[in-house]
Amino acid sequence: MAIISVHNLRKTYGEKVAVDDVSFAVEEGEIFGIVGRNGAGKTTTVECVAALRTPSSGTIEFGAGLTDVKEQIGIQLQDCSLPDKLRVGEALDLYASFYSRPADWRSLLGEIGLDPRAAFATLSGGQRQRLSIALALVGSPRVAILDELTTGLDPQARRDTWDLISRIREMGVTVLLVTHFMEEVERLCDRVAVISAGRVLAVDTPDGLVARAGGGQRIVFRTTGSVDALTALPEVTAVHRNGDEVVVTGTGDLLVAVVGALPAGQVSGLRTERTTFDDAFLTLTGHAPEPA
Amino acid sequence: MLLQKKLILTETKLFLREPAAVFFVTVLPVALLLVLGLSVPGFRDADPNLGGERFIDAQFPAMMVLLSVTMLALSTLPATLVGYREKGVLRRLSTTPVRPGSLLVAQITISAVVGVVSTAVTLALGHVVLDVPVPRMLAAFAGVLLLGAVALFSIGLWLAAVAASARVVQGVSAAVMFPLLFLGGMWLPRDLMPSPLRAVSDFTPTGAFGQALRDTMGGHAPSPAHLAVLAGWVLLAGISAARMFRWE
Repeated sequence: MAIISVHNLRKTYGEKVAVDDVSFAVEEGEIFGIVGRNGAGKTTTVECVAALRTPSSGTIEFGAGLTDVKEQIGIQLQDCSLPDKLRVGEALDLYASFYSRPADWRSLLGEIGLDPRAAFATLSGGQRQRLSIALALVGSPRVAILDELTTGLDPQARRDTWDLISRIREMGVTVLLVTHFMEEVERLCDRVAVISAGRVLAVDTPDGLVARAGGGQRIVFRTTGSVDALTALPEVTAVHRNGDEVVVTGTGDLLVAVVGALPAGQVSGLRTERTTFDDAFLTLTGHAPEPA
Repeated sequence: MLLQKKLILTETKLFLREPAAVFFVTVLPVALLLVLGLSVPGFRDADPNLGGERFIDAQFPAMMVLLSVTMLALSTLPATLVGYREKGVLRRLSTTPVRPGSLLVAQITISAVVGVVSTAVTLALGHVVLDVPVPRMLAAFAGVLLLGAVALFSIGLWLAAVAASARVVQGVSAAVMFPLLFLGGMWLPRDLMPSPLRAVSDFTPTGAFGQALRDTMGGHAPSPAHLAVLAGWVLLAGISAARMFRWE
């Protein structure tokens, strides 16, 4: 049974609909992504899951022995901070005291690699995010909800944070990851729910979503000659031309077939592209730039 | 459970790491009493305007106690709470099993302890150095201190409830605190105020508190009217604060 099941969640603030109709289930031990543009309703959804907001309608069920939301779900939110003069070690020690079965905060400290005597005000953005993750984990939660963790971090800090999230799963904690970075989804998530305007468009693995969006391969090149011969090839599913640039999509040994069928000496700038999760997301949310 | 020992301990450390706050609510009132009491000769002479008391016998120490409690209640407490709300400290706390009200309890506990310590040090050093008499109605003095502190803290919480940001609350605190200290008799003793001004002062929390402190220090029972004014402020500000306080 799923550890979190959300059914037809809806949350409105007066006239404004923050979450329209969201359903998904998170399995124990996975990293489940919630991905969408800014304002799609991601944060409101997880705040409802963590009992920080009351849904207008719909239900949220917990399984697998998750009985006390505040005790067993650790959540890291955006726009949360700590007093400037609070030290890292004091913060962890303090937050550990809030839970009935806390983790050993000293070993968490080793995990995030921060100086326990450093004051919060002196920490960099990446260090604050790592501390924030540690605070979400200090109560030994069953589920950790991490909201837009890597926004505003430099590439190195982002990678360090990703490593930390992978290790959280290895500790046996289920992770609910809110993000708008497609690279983060591809790298970390086992499954992902794509949310747009408060509704779920798809729930699948990142690869599954890529396959849904057409999958396969793309070959792009420039030529002044005719490419009519390509449409007849069994490997080719579509040919789009915009001036000199030609985009061929298809499956199987597409590259070999296309190169063999092209006239010699009239082709330049040939490259192959794989459909990425970025493309899949854009296709799903209906904002895909039309192929030329 | 609203009483979180480690939270109170941690917030105490954070309070002590703000030298300016510690100075204004603990060191400044005692230092003013001792320095001015020793250096201004008139303060140590029997004053006919004060019914033959010395200025430092009751009026001056009562004002220093009022100063300490007023700054804690109207400046330190709202600035801390609004800052915590603005920075998301309260929001983060709300994600844990602990209720954000615990932080309020911690802050009020610290303020109460600091207020009592500051009062005790002011009276003790005043007694030793300037021979300020120990309040002759000690129990009544303690009761007045409690009631006045609750009234001022209610107003401080109400300020924290209505102020949108830390910057706003600092300005509003100052705009409220200085007139209230003036009407409390900080710069012009109530005995020397023109009667219309003293009538206004009677209805302010600081005027009623200051006079009741002064009365009990000098061995007089506090006026029931002043106690009623303080109780009224507790109800008015306390209920407004409870209705309007927001955690995020």
